[in-house]
Amino acid sequence: MSAKIIVSDVTKIYPGQGRPVVALDRVSLKVPEGEFVCIVGPSGCGKSTLLRILAGLVPCSSGTAAIAGGDRGKPLHSLVFQEYAIFPWKTVLQNVAFGLQMRGVARPEREATACEWIGRVGLSEFTDAYPRQLSGGMRQRVGIARAFANDPEVLLMDEPLGALDAQTRLILMDELLHLWEADRKTVVYVTHDIEEAILLGDRVVLMTARPGRLKAEFTVPFTRPRGIEVMGDPAFAGLSYQIWEALRDEAIAAMGPRA
Amino acid sequence: MSDPHRDRLLALGAPIFLVGLWELAIRTGVLDARFFPPPSLVILTFWRLLTDGTLAAHTAASVTRVLAGFAIGAAAGLAAGLALGTVRSLRVALEPTISALYVIPKVAILPLVMLIFGLGEASKIAIIAIATFFIVVINTTAAVVGVEPLYIEAGRAFGARRLQMFAHIILPGALPAIFTGMRLALGTALIVIIAAEFVAAKDGIGYFIWFAWNTLRPEEMFAGFIVIGALGMLSYEVVRRIGRRVMPWLEDDRPRGGRVDHG
Repeated sequence: MSAKIIVSDVTKIYPGQGRPVVALDRVSLKVPEGEFVCIVGPSGCGKSTLLRILAGLVPCSSGTAAIAGGDRGKPLHSLVFQEYAIFPWKTVLQNVAFGLQMRGVARPEREATACEWIGRVGLSEFTDAYPRQLSGGMRQRVGIARAFANDPEVLLMDEPLGALDAQTRLILMDELLHLWEADRKTVVYVTHDIEEAILLGDRVVLMTARPGRLKAEFTVPFTRPRGIEVMGDPAFAGLSYQIWEALRDEAIAAMGPRA
Repeated sequence: MSDPHRDRLLALGAPIFLVGLWELAIRTGVLDARFFPPPSLVILTFWRLLTDGTLAAHTAASVTRVLAGFAIGAAAGLAAGLALGTVRSLRVALEPTISALYVIPKVAILPLVMLIFGLGEASKIAIIAIATFFIVVINTTAAVVGVEPLYIEAGRAFGARRLQMFAHIILPGALPAIFTGMRLALGTALIVIIAAEFVAAKDGIGYFIWFAWNTLRPEEMFAGFIVIGALGMLSYEVVRRIGRRVMPWLEDDRPRGGRVDHG
């Protein structure tokens, strides 16, 4: 399979006050077309920085990060942020159509596409509602639809469910799984939640505490299509514990020295 | 526990009670009627001045000046604030100067403005425009700078270019704070016009109050106060309604039973 994303030797150094901060240290990663990769790491390990470098929002200090383009006029990537990154002054329809609008897609066409995705995330009734009228989970459905509707080569997700309560999170994980399985785009998904990573991903990549390096990777054995029921599989618990064992030291390191 | 009926009764009853207390204080001689005309006399005077067109003429003169000056000052302040908020070097160059000029009381420069613009309408409109400009430019600049970076990042992530970024992210993101500035500016414009008319006009509500003082008619002064209060409430309501029309995504900020007004 061809690599859709190639990250090679990416280092990111923030100048910082006095001492420069190394956020990423020679990170290399290959993601084949159609793979769902989850990056797990302690907070502040630079996993969001890596995603922002891929999205072209932040330049890297050295190394290269590239997404292979397709032949059509598709955008390379779309980002899903946490729920509060949808625009409060735009309706659900305007939010979902935003990426298409920025690319100059004509109104009837972009609204038709947006409506289709709004339907797929179950918000048809709220097409003309403003975000303040929606719950946190509904808002994040808008954020997800906004990225999918843009039809990018690659989806980049930055802890999209991180701000939601545990139950809403489970529901959205299941929905995300089904949305993704319909067209299997290449995804890089950043999270600090191990179970979320196993449930959603084909592969889980572990990052170290700052400076962020790739520490280990795990292949998720569950077949697709899969649903929330795999969480009941003993292998799920086993893998989850295995990842936690590798992550624990990093999480403790990220907390800083004990008082 | 909040009971809307009880709340309304309290909100309406309290001022009526206070006015009654005031009337009583004068009738019993606790307050001097020469300085504090009884509410009954104030109401009668207000009615007389309202029906004979006196108040209407003075109000029209003041409102015209305020609207003309506000329109000029707000338009200039908005344009300058958007420019300052967007262009960092412009902000670095001019912000200290604007902040320094802002703190000068506008009434203090009225003589200078009259020297430049003469004794006619122009000087009154100019002083309102100046007062409005500074409040609007400072609030607009802060509004643009204060747009949540996450929205800007989301805009960039979805490929918004400079002009699209401004129209779709910066402007709507800044609008609520811009409106707060407009509302403050309009309130200040009302204060400034009254002060300006005290000393430099032959009509307007400020002039009317000053004239009542010169001729020792406190009940007419109080009638003037009622007009100013009404104008203040009206302007607040007008800006609020325009704001709701322009920003339909915001929650209604009208104070209601058990809720805090953030406006």
